Amino acid sequence: MFRVFWCILHRDLTLALRRRTDVLTTLFFFIIVVSLFPLGVGTEKETLQTLGPGVVWVAALLASMLALERLFAADYEDGTLEQMLLAAQPLSLVVLAKITAHWLLTGLPLVLIAPLAGMQYHLTGESILVMMGALLVGTPVLSLIGAIGAALTLGVRGGGILLSLLILPLYVPVLVYGSGAVEISRIDFSATGPYFALLASFLLVALTFAPLASSAALKISLE
Amino acid sequence: MLEVSQLECRRGDRTLFSALDFSVAPGNLLHVRGANGSGKTTLLRSLCGLFTPDSGEIRWQGESARRLGEEYRRDLLYFGHHNGIKGDLTGVENLRIAATLDANRGDDGVIWDALARIGLAGFEDLPTRMLSQGQKKRVALARLMLSRAPLWILDEPFTALDLGAVDLLQTLIAEHVAADGLVVLTTHQEVELTAGGLASLHLGS
Repeated sequence: MFRVFWCILHRDLTLALRRRTDVLTTLFFFIIVVSLFPLGVGTEKETLQTLGPGVVWVAALLASMLALERLFAADYEDGTLEQMLLAAQPLSLVVLAKITAHWLLTGLPLVLIAPLAGMQYHLTGESILVMMGALLVGTPVLSLIGAIGAALTLGVRGGGILLSLLILPLYVPVLVYGSGAVEISRIDFSATGPYFALLASFLLVALTFAPLASSAALKISLE
Repeated sequence: MLEVSQLECRRGDRTLFSALDFSVAPGNLLHVRGANGSGKTTLLRSLCGLFTPDSGEIRWQGESARRLGEEYRRDLLYFGHHNGIKGDLTGVENLRIAATLDANRGDDGVIWDALARIGLAGFEDLPTRMLSQGQKKRVALARLMLSRAPLWILDEPFTALDLGAVDLLQTLIAEHVAADGLVVLTTHQEVELTAGGLASLHLGS
């Protein structure tokens, strides 16, 4: 069973490496959105510190959203998705492997680039650390929930817009507690625990249900 | 043994076929015929479980295919209108993934042999997007040689193939039928078999 997981994960990562632009687009989108705000609202330290956590998280949501559309679409077009549906393996396992690859390619780079974003907003070292931690736990939730939406809107004309209308409201809890953790760390570093506990529980719930829900949605989309 | 009883499929308001009954026994080939739009592809997709028929039942070895789920899919090989190969991956990589998904033999020796037999020796390490339409189809057809599935469902497997490849595919199908396999296919070409039974089903009449 793990062989299938590794096989699909390896496949998606290989494909992404042969088409690097898709991965870099997401990353640059994030960097640009984050950098635009200081230019727009001015460089006052107080304002930027207040805005920082929220802006970084909103940019992360949008960046993760950007690549979602391609999660199943490319495989749908060339018929490989059909073959995955007919495979002698549980579809949810294949879907989980695809989501993992998606996160490694779009979520993890955001976590790693977060210090750069944090510095633009004059966040302290501690706050940046909390932000990286929160993104590390939060971005997989975005990929998992997003996969359900990507599966549901597969093959629909104008699916991209529909996808954002469907998925962005579901991202709200992650946004609230993700940026909340960074916000609270500015006052009291030790008070971030509950925020992480909540984000982690979101992750567990999403990890349990999202692959099943996405595979059910894929079956409907392919009819 | 594949049995279909009282199958009915609709697309929108149009009934493609209804009260369809047939069965395919091991060592037999069923040739599904019919004009364009008569529901051949829909029938084949229903047999695979990719399309849910409006009524009727499909049974594999006496049990409902829907209930068998993965067990049924392990016994099944579907070749559809799309080749189901990735343009950015090489032929060998594509087949390795297909073999893992289908739980088939997937060691490199077998894959290289299959590609050589299908006439792609020398092209194994090229990304498949560099190949011609016919060659891409050959990569996809190499899956037939790796497969251990007894039931083959082939939708227009002969299109875009040159004469040599058509002959080879005929041989593969004949070998599979001779080895007690089951084949359901649609094609506008005649299929010759050296062993086993040949039945045909007309849709839309």
